Amino acid sequence: MLRTRPLITEKDVLQAVHAGRDVLEVTGDPIVTPAAGASLREHGIRLAVRGDATLVEGESSSPSLGNFSSTLLLEMYSTMWRIRVFEEAVSVLFREGRIIGFAHVSIGQEAVATGACLALGPKDYSTASHRGPGPIAARGARLDLMMAELYGKATGYCRGKGGSVHLADFERGILGANGIVGAGIVIAAGAALSAKMRKSGEVALAFFGDGAVNQGAFHEGLNIAAVWKLPAIFVCENNQYAVSMAAEQATGGGSIVARAAAYGMPGVQVDGQDVLAVYAAVRAAAERARAGGDPTLIECRTYRFHGHWEGEATDLRRREEIAEWEARCPIIRLGTRLLEAKIARQEQLDALRQKALEEMAAAIRFAESSPEPAPQEALEGVLLPL
Amino acid sequence: MKELTFPEALNEAIREEMARDSTVFVQGEDVGPYGGGYYPALKGLWATFGGERVRDFPISETALVGTALGAAMTGMRPIVDIMFADFSFVCFDQIVNQIANMRYMSGGKAKVPIVVRGVIGGGQRLASQHSHSLEALFVQFPGLVVVTPSCPRTAKGLLKSAIRNDNPVIFLEHKMLYSAKGPVPEGRDFTLPLGKAQIGGEGTELTIVAHAYMTQVAMKAVDQLKHDGISAEVVDLLTLSPLDNETVLRSVRKTGRVLAVQEAPPMCGMAAEVVALIAEKLGMSLRAAPRRVTAKQSPIPFSPKLEDYVLPSVTDIVEAARGMVRGE
Ligand SMILES: Cc1ncc(C[n+]2csc(CCOP(=O)(O)OP(=O)(O)O)c2C)c(N)n1
Ligand SMILES: [Mg+2]
Repeated sequence: MLRTRPLITEKDVLQAVHAGRDVLEVTGDPIVTPAAGASLREHGIRLAVRGDATLVEGESSSPSLGNFSSTLLLEMYSTMWRIRVFEEAVSVLFREGRIIGFAHVSIGQEAVATGACLALGPKDYSTASHRGPGPIAARGARLDLMMAELYGKATGYCRGKGGSVHLADFERGILGANGIVGAGIVIAAGAALSAKMRKSGEVALAFFGDGAVNQGAFHEGLNIAAVWKLPAIFVCENNQYAVSMAAEQATGGGSIVARAAAYGMPGVQVDGQDVLAVYAAVRAAAERARAGGDPTLIECRTYRFHGHWEGEATDLRRREEIAEWEARCPIIRLGTRLLEAKIARQEQLDALRQKALEEMAAAIRFAESSPEPAPQEALEGVLLPL
Repeated sequence: MKELTFPEALNEAIREEMARDSTVFVQGEDVGPYGGGYYPALKGLWATFGGERVRDFPISETALVGTALGAAMTGMRPIVDIMFADFSFVCFDQIVNQIANMRYMSGGKAKVPIVVRGVIGGGQRLASQHSHSLEALFVQFPGLVVVTPSCPRTAKGLLKSAIRNDNPVIFLEHKMLYSAKGPVPEGRDFTLPLGKAQIGGEGTELTIVAHAYMTQVAMKAVDQLKHDGISAEVVDLLTLSPLDNETVLRSVRKTGRVLAVQEAPPMCGMAAEVVALIAEKLGMSLRAAPRRVTAKQSPIPFSPKLEDYVLPSVTDIVEAARGMVRGE
């Protein structure tokens, strides 16, 4: 299902050593064997992943539609619309002052959350970054309970105590979005540890941004997952900026995916605008994890069409750059492929979008008509009785 | 005097000190062209001083603070912008084990001229991880100076002193003050001394001790109490550690009553410290038992209804004050 990825073995490393090179160049998404990882370290050889090779548009860089059932393809399509219409509503409601506090949306990044979450099973675990609504909705969380939480209502997922940045749905294994950059990475590693100890066959997936890879928690989480072979999947939503900081200015060594090699775990870079590529990569990682293999780092190259947060006064990104990426809308891209391959007709696609719109409208009605929490509820849920 | 907003006052302080001393530099996340994360106080600094002295940092708080320590011990004077003070938990080792102890452990040999700026407090619906009032934590470590300005004037005067001071200073700015505007003395020489509290609103019957945003809230309470014929004054602590015991004691000796206010939950906070101070030094001569107004015992919730319930308000202070003065 996955297009062939270059495998880096110890032999490749030794060849580079003999040739007197200190950089090993790879094009595509390399899988680095643990022995090769150790050898890279030992000989001080850097793995240079020619990242953009995977960003080439078109059939050649994307898994073939034939590998997916039409049910799954349509589910991907409608999940992306669910996220898009929900977050567009959030954006408008924020501007109208009906939603307050933080609101970080991932419009433009829907393929990452969707591809990754649909590749998980219902009992698996996930954590999300502060940019939570997309990755949480993608696991099938209820939009009405999410919206009610953003409104601070008693009926919300967290009873109005968490808001956008702390959305969680424990029944679905969603262990929460997070206000602290990088924190969810180690929490997911912990859920993977638990799955391993309980021999449950579950895996845990962490979503995090490009900004999080320079946090101590990233190093510590990937390291422990590697040495303990935890069933963990680390999905970097590389939208290329952390607020105003360009990833390339912040990331030592220049490549996020290349860091996997240092931990001796497979590293995969995918086009994050291609939901099929994300799905395939996460699916392969989940299978490996369930089989007792290594954890995986997956870097998804993507872009947020909106500013860092909905109240942002300054967006320093170039207009042309934003426009360039808006042209790579993951939803339109999948829709076009489905039409071209005659897997769906336009009316079908329209109906899926319509359904998402209706769900979102109902979510807003639910949120608006829900009661405020009673003030004293603020003191509940702090500690269990001793 | 001129009118400045709170962030403008901070900006001026940093700008003036950077111009005065070439070893002063700023580092933090989004401090460059962006002008400072969610609470932009650094607009224009990058354009003036360039990226060498206004350094955009990756999201790596341990390195952010730890490199500042290394730089400070070797001749530089870093100002660290940690954005939300809540992020200091990510690098508490560097702040506490390292920075707070370094001078002492070295037998007084290390000099650690660092300012760590962070935004504290609730009130803006940002939920538990971005709303801590964590100032009393830092007060637990004697090797740190802890400062909480309460208005644009104190922000500028104290930040300038903090930058010039050779001790590590934790400088905590309450987010609700960012929209405050107020008079600030003209001139580059204006500073305010560290370690000194100030008294607002001359009163005779009650001393309200507060800091940071709660000073503003307490001043509103003083106004309301005036209508009730109650004469109260506010001791604004400004520097929480070392604490200006003398000013607090002087006021309470005069009024005979102390109401200690803080935004943090009740246990082990500044209010407890003030009440303990008064109990120990003036316990037998008070006209009423000391009282505290604090947040309730919970993390800070997101929903406005809940957050407003948890945080202390003008009304809470007024009611407590009436109770103390009138015995209501
Ligand atoms: C420990 C910590 N430091 C700083 C922040 C402030 N902050 C929130 S989001 C963000 C940028 C995150 O960028 P990235 O990880 O790339 O995620 P993106 O916002 O691009 O999705 C920053 C600096 C934080 N929440 N936590
Ligand atoms: Mg990012």
